[in-house]
Amino acid sequence: MSEQIHRTRRDEPEPEAPDLPGPAAASDAAQRRDEGLDDLLDEIDDVLEVNAEEFVRSFVQKGGQ
Amino acid sequence: MGIETEYGISIDPVSGEEPIHPMVLSNVVVRTWAETTQLGQSGWDYSTESPLRDQRGTELRRVSAHPDLLTDVDAGMANLVLTNGARFYVDHAHPEFSGPEVTTALDAVVWDRAGDAILTRAAQLASETTGRRIRIHKNNVDGKGASYGTHENYLLERGTPFHRVVRQFSGFLATRQVFTGSGRVGIGQQSEQAGFQITQRADYFEAEVGLETTLNRPVINTRDEPHADPRRHRRLHVITGDATQAEWSTWLKVGTAALVLRALEANLLTEVPVLARPVEAMHRISHDPSCRATVADEQGRDWTAIAVQRCYLEACRRLCGRGPFGTDAQYQEALRLLEAWQDVLDRLEQDPLGLADRLEWVAKWRLLRSYLDRDGLDWSHPKLAMIDLQFSELDERRGLFTALERKGRIERLTTPEQVAAAVTDAPSDTRAWLRGELMRRHGSAVMAASWDSVVLDVPGRTALQRLEMMDPLGFTRDRMTPVLDAAGSLTQLIATWPS
Repeated sequence: MSEQIHRTRRDEPEPEAPDLPGPAAASDAAQRRDEGLDDLLDEIDDVLEVNAEEFVRSFVQKGGQ
Repeated sequence: MGIETEYGISIDPVSGEEPIHPMVLSNVVVRTWAETTQLGQSGWDYSTESPLRDQRGTELRRVSAHPDLLTDVDAGMANLVLTNGARFYVDHAHPEFSGPEVTTALDAVVWDRAGDAILTRAAQLASETTGRRIRIHKNNVDGKGASYGTHENYLLERGTPFHRVVRQFSGFLATRQVFTGSGRVGIGQQSEQAGFQITQRADYFEAEVGLETTLNRPVINTRDEPHADPRRHRRLHVITGDATQAEWSTWLKVGTAALVLRALEANLLTEVPVLARPVEAMHRISHDPSCRATVADEQGRDWTAIAVQRCYLEACRRLCGRGPFGTDAQYQEALRLLEAWQDVLDRLEQDPLGLADRLEWVAKWRLLRSYLDRDGLDWSHPKLAMIDLQFSELDERRGLFTALERKGRIERLTTPEQVAAAVTDAPSDTRAWLRGELMRRHGSAVMAASWDSVVLDVPGRTALQRLEMMDPLGFTRDRMTPVLDAAGSLTQLIATWPS
């Protein structure tokens, strides 16, 4: 197992990480992932319920444990 | 340990029809399964239920109890004990699958998915029989104020002081959400605020400790109903979790909890941070999908959920470092859990989205954000709430989680064959085995059953015979098969029953 630096305590709030562009390899991978996702969304579109508002409105449950 | 899930249930309405009560629907689904499997309808043996007894040493008087607490009464609804050792029944307005007792987190996952398979099939058959679409959802909220639970049960030694659980386990439960949540569109009990949060259940927790389960829900539930010898054991009843189909989410949830409780019993958690306001912490952590929100401990120090989890992980590492415990399978699983837990925390800290193939809330979040981006929506759009709902629908064609998993987008830990076997077969290493086997061999003679007993109508005996199975780890396949095989008949079995 690789060594990990354990940050187990923070005494000050962590500074916001800046938004940096990733290296080229990472953005290629991200683009491929997004393309894969587009196909996925197309397939899921086919099974999505047609009337979102109605479907959500009519889903009512009784409270349980 | 074991998992019990209350499922959402609904029927597609027909115009002009009186709404059908979910208790009726639940009954139809459970009875359909009984008919399909030709299981006798055994009653439930309520004699050892004690829902009003409190782990802190008191018992609520019946007249003071909210009716929802009276879970020890037979309401006349379908109640099945299955050959896999599970209980499948109507819990008020929901069908509930209470999985059999298991000894590893992986087994908990296997039987949990078997439960989903049963619900999926039972709902499908009930839909065919009634000619109506009956839907089952493996989720915990309806987005309008109602919440229902997915509970975990862990066996503890009676000698472990309960106040230690309250003090040292609350922080674990409040922070584990970052890898156990199933995700939810909507914030607040009525989903009054638009947005996405990590868990389904967090907003419904309002107390730190208590006996209730249906209102004023506590982070630590104090129900003392061990279903075992009360002098030896406690059963910790954990009600904070989300229902998850993603096997990594379920495995990590149950596995880390069981491991942390071992460390707690070994008194290795004395240095974990104790959160100042666990309920508030639970909400804050759930509401921040970036996993950066901080919560304060009693000393006023701030911690992210991940940082708190690292403390628990370290304690568990120390426990494992002392050498093997439990069975070989349990110890090996513990070592795998340590590694997996470490990896998940590191990756959550880096970028939660990297875990979209393992953690259910991340998979859901990524899918929702894709729709948000593609269709130019915002979090208040009903399409997103609908996707959240359809994500948890147990339907082979329409369930969105099912679709993701079928397309290889979600990593599994079990095989379809294992799950299929678990629909009918019980775990071999707990008393679930005997319960299931008695149902299989002598189902028609079983008049009632519970977690710790089976009541049989034995030929030749006028009185019903109650077999006690108080030890959750006893009555295993290895121990009982020779006894069952040697006794030719039920009558002989009772006569030779080991006392």
